[in-house]
Amino acid sequence: MTRLTFPTREALRRLPFTPADVAIIIGALALIVVVAYVGSTALVPFQPPDVLPEPISLDVIHLPYYLARSTLRMFIALFFSVLFTFTYGYVAAHSPRAERVLIPLLDILQSVPVLGFLSVTITFFIALFRGSLLGLEAASIFAIFTSQVWNMTFSFYHSLRTIPREQQEMARMFRLSRWQYFTKVEVPNSMIGLTWNTMMSFGGGWFFVAASEAISVLNQDYRLPGIGAYVTEAIDQQNFGALIAAIVAMAIMIILVDQLVWRPLIAWSQKFRNEQSEAHETPTSWVLNLWRAARLPSLISEALRPASEFVNRALSGTLAPKSAPMTQPRAAMPRWVDWVYNGLIVALVIGGAVVLIRFILGEVGLPEVGNTFVLGLITMLRVAVLTTVSTLIWAPVGVAIGFNPRLARLIQPVAQFLSAFPANFLFPFVTVALIATGISLNVGSILLMSLGAQWYILFNVIAGAQTIPSDLREMAANMGLRGWKLWRRLIIPGIFSAWVTGGITASGGAWNASIVAEVVSWGDTTLTATGLGAYIANATEVGDWPRIALGVGMMALFVVVLNRLFWRRLYALAESKYVL
Amino acid sequence: MATLRINDAKAPATDRNGALIRAVNVCKSFELPDGNGIFTVLDNINLAVRPGEIVALLGRSGSGKSTLLRILAGLIPASSGDVFSSGRRVTGPNPDVTMVFQSFALLPWLTVQQNVELGLEAIGVPAKERQARALKAIDMVGLDGFESAYPKELSGGMRQRVGFARAFVKQPKVLFMDEPFSALDVLTAENLRGEISDLWEKGDFPAQSVLIVTHNIEEAVYLADRVIILGANPGRVRGEVVIDLPRPRDRSSRRYKELVDGIYIVMTNPDRDVTAAMAGVPPRRETPYPPLPHATVGGISGLLELLQERPELRDLPEISSTLQLATDDLLPIVDAAVMLGLAEVRQGDITLTDAGRAFATADIQTSKEIFRAQLLERVPTVKMLYNTLKEKPNGSMRAGFFLDILDEHFPREEAQHQFETAVDWGRYAELFEYDRGEDRLLLPVEVSELTD
Repeated sequence: MTRLTFPTREALRRLPFTPADVAIIIGALALIVVVAYVGSTALVPFQPPDVLPEPISLDVIHLPYYLARSTLRMFIALFFSVLFTFTYGYVAAHSPRAERVLIPLLDILQSVPVLGFLSVTITFFIALFRGSLLGLEAASIFAIFTSQVWNMTFSFYHSLRTIPREQQEMARMFRLSRWQYFTKVEVPNSMIGLTWNTMMSFGGGWFFVAASEAISVLNQDYRLPGIGAYVTEAIDQQNFGALIAAIVAMAIMIILVDQLVWRPLIAWSQKFRNEQSEAHETPTSWVLNLWRAARLPSLISEALRPASEFVNRALSGTLAPKSAPMTQPRAAMPRWVDWVYNGLIVALVIGGAVVLIRFILGEVGLPEVGNTFVLGLITMLRVAVLTTVSTLIWAPVGVAIGFNPRLARLIQPVAQFLSAFPANFLFPFVTVALIATGISLNVGSILLMSLGAQWYILFNVIAGAQTIPSDLREMAANMGLRGWKLWRRLIIPGIFSAWVTGGITASGGAWNASIVAEVVSWGDTTLTATGLGAYIANATEVGDWPRIALGVGMMALFVVVLNRLFWRRLYALAESKYVL
Repeated sequence: MATLRINDAKAPATDRNGALIRAVNVCKSFELPDGNGIFTVLDNINLAVRPGEIVALLGRSGSGKSTLLRILAGLIPASSGDVFSSGRRVTGPNPDVTMVFQSFALLPWLTVQQNVELGLEAIGVPAKERQARALKAIDMVGLDGFESAYPKELSGGMRQRVGFARAFVKQPKVLFMDEPFSALDVLTAENLRGEISDLWEKGDFPAQSVLIVTHNIEEAVYLADRVIILGANPGRVRGEVVIDLPRPRDRSSRRYKELVDGIYIVMTNPDRDVTAAMAGVPPRRETPYPPLPHATVGGISGLLELLQERPELRDLPEISSTLQLATDDLLPIVDAAVMLGLAEVRQGDITLTDAGRAFATADIQTSKEIFRAQLLERVPTVKMLYNTLKEKPNGSMRAGFFLDILDEHFPREEAQHQFETAVDWGRYAELFEYDRGEDRLLLPVEVSELTD
C-alpha cells in the first residue's frame, strides 16, 4: 500500500521542526499569555454606584492593554456570533415551519439600531452579574454581537438554501449522515460567503466596541477599560495627543488582525470554491503560507485523527440520514398541526401589537409618536443627503480606480481598511472644527455619519467597475461613447448592483451612527442636532425607558420600510436588468 | 434496414428469475399550476434489470429518462407504481445502487481519496478498511498517484474517473450512470467509455449490472446488452432492442451499423408503428398546441443551409458527427425544420422540401417571408399569439396572458420554454415584437408608419 502523503525520504531527513514551526510556537504562546492576562483582569469587583473600576488613564503606556481588552471583546463576540449563526441558520434552513418565523424576525432584528438598546442590555447584564464588571463586559460584547451576527446568519442560511442539486443528490445516494452532510457539504458550501461576511461584520464591530465601552445610563457613567473608553476620556479632557495615539494604535490593530486572521482565513477558504477549475487570481496570505510550511499543524492533526474519527463516527451514528420523502410524501404531519402553528404565530403577532399600542397610548401618547416620526424624517433626510453626496463623489473616483487594475489592487484594501476603522475615533476632530467655525451640528452630523459610511460605497463601486468586461469598454470607445452617454449606457448599468449593495450598507451604517453623531461633545461643550438619533441618545442618558423603546422602534421601522420600499426594489431591478 | 428484435416491454418486467431491480407500473406526474390538471412525465413504466447485464435507457429530452433513473435509485418518489430492489420495495435511497453523475458531483474541498471514501464513511466502515478499499478503487480507474489531489487539479475525464471510483468502492449490485460521458469532450468520452467496457469484459467489474441513461445511440449500442427506448411527452417505454453483438464490440461490423441506423429510425419517428406494435401504449394527449422543439431560428437556418450546400449529406448520424453536435442537440433542430415544413425525414435521412430549399437560398427578407408563411400555416402556438395581438386595438398584450394559456397544456417551466421558442420564431418572422422590460408582446410598427 503506497500513499503519496507518506513522507518522502527527503522530508524525513529534515529537522523535526522548521523555522515556520518556531514562529508558530512563539506566536501561539504569546497569544495565550496575552489572552490569559487580559481575560483575568475582567473579573475585578464592581458594585455601582459605590465601587467602580479604576478610572481610565490617558497614559500611552496603558494603551496597548486597553486595546487588547477591546480586541478580546471583539473575538468573544465573534465566537458567539459564529455559534449563533450555525444554529439559527441551520434551523431556519431545515425546518420550513421555523423558517416562517425566523427569517422575517432576522430581517427586523438587523434593522434595529444596536446602540439604541445598549442602555437596556447594560441594565439587564449588570443585574445578571451582580458585583462584578462582567455585567458591563457582557453588555459590550452583546452590542458587538448584535452588530455582527445578523449579516453572518443570513449568509449561512442563504448558502444552505443554494447547495447545488447534484451535491444534494450525491449525499442522499451515498447515504451521508446529517453530521457528515453538515461537515462535508453544508459548512464547506457556506465557507466563502461566511468568511467574507464575517470579516466585514467584524470590521463594522470596532465602531460598536468603541461606542459601547463608555456609556451613560441613568446619569451614571459606565467606563470599561478599553480603547473606546480611552477615546471618551480623551474627549472629556480635550487631549489631542491621546486621541492621535488611540487612532494610531487602532489602525495598527486593524492591520494586525487583518494580516493574522482575515487574510489567512480568506486565502484558506478559497479551497471551498465550487467551480471546479483553478481561479485566475487567488488571494494569498503569508501567515497561511507559514502555517502550511510548518509541520507542527499537520503533526497535531495527524495525532488527533483517531479522536476526530471517533467523534465523527459517533455523531454519524446518532444523526442518521434524513428519511427520504418517498416514505412520507409531503404531509408527514396532519394539516391541523400547521393550522395550530400558524394560528399561534398570528396570535403572538396580534398580542404583540396590542401590547405595543397600549404601551404607546399609556406611556408616551400619540403626539410623542408623531414627534419621533418627524425626527425620523429629519434623520432620513441626512442619510439621503449622505448617500447621494457620497455617491456623487465616490462613484466617479471608484470607477476610475476600478478601470485601472493596478491602482485598484492598491486602493481596494485601503478602502476596506477605512470602512473598518471606527469613525467615532475621528468625531472629536470634526467636533472641534464645528465649534471653531460655528457650523450647526444639524449639518455637521451628516459629515460625522459619512466618516464611516461612505467607504462602503467607494469599495463596492470599485468592485463593480472591475467586473465590467474590458471588451464592453473597448466597444464603447469604438462606438465613440463619451462623457454622460458612456455613463448612462455602460458604467451606471455596470456598477449598479454593486452600488446598491454599497448603498444599503452605507445607509444602514449611517442610521446606526446617527445615535452617536447627532450628539457630540468636546470637553464641556456639547452640540446637539435635531433628529431621531439625538432623541434616542438623550433618552438613554436620562434612562427614560418608554422613550428609548419608542425611538428605537421608530428607527427600526424607518429602516425596515426604506429597505422594503426603496433598496429591495433597486436590488430586484439590479438582479433582473443589470446583470452582466 | 436492419432487422430489430423488438420485445414486448410489458412481459419481461415481471420475470420470475430474479430481477435485481424492477419497476412496476411506475408513473410520475406533476400538478400543473392553478389547477389546470396534471402533466405526466412518466407513464406506466415497466422494466427490469437482471444480474449480469448492461441496460441502456435511451431517450430524447422530454422522455423523463433521468427522472426514471432517480425513481429507481430512490431519490425521488413515483406518483404511483412500485420499484422493487432485490425483492424489497424501495422507499428511500436504494442501498443496492450507486450512481455516477453527469456533472461528476464531486466535493471540490475533498481530495480524490476523501471523495472516494465518502460513501464508505457514511456506512461506518473503519478508517483502515476504508483507506484500503478506496485505494483499490482508485487504482482500478487508473488514478494511481492522484489520491491526494483535489478535483480542480484534474481534467474532466479524470474527475469522472473519481466519480466511477466513488461508485465502485461501495460494490453496488447495480451501478447507475446518468449520462456519465456527456460532460466530456468527444475524445475523452470515447477513451473512458472504452475503459469501462474493458473492465466489464474482464469480468471483475465491481457491480453485477449496469443501468445507463443516455441520449447517444452509438454509446447505447456500444455498451449495452439491451437498449430500452423511451418515448417522449409523456415518457413511456416504446420498446426494447436486444444488442446481440459479441464483446468486445466491433464498431465496423455490419450488424453494429445496422443496429445504430435502425435505432436512429425509431428515434426520429416518434409516431412510427414501433409504438403501434406495442400493446396497451396509451395514445398521445391531443393538444391544440403541439409542443415546439426548443430550436433557435439560427440553428434551423444553419442546418437548412448546410443541407442545401452539401446535398450528399443526408444521414442523420453523419450530420450529427459532421457538426460535432450531440444527438440531443441536433434532433430538436431537425424536428423544428420538419414541423415548419422546411425538411422531411425518411428512414433516418433528412431532405429539404421545396420551401426549405427556397428558404436556404433566398436573401434575408425573402427568407423571413417564407418563414412567416410556414409559421402561420403550421405552428398553432405562434398563430395564436399573432391572432390575439391582431384582435387587440392597440396591438399589444402582456406575456402573462399567453403564459396562462400555455400553462393549461404544459407544466410551468415548459410553458415558459414554449413561449420563449414561439417568441423567438415569431420575432424573426417579424410577426410581432417582444418588450422584455414591460414583458409584453406587440405588433411591429410598420416601416411605412415610421416614415409618415
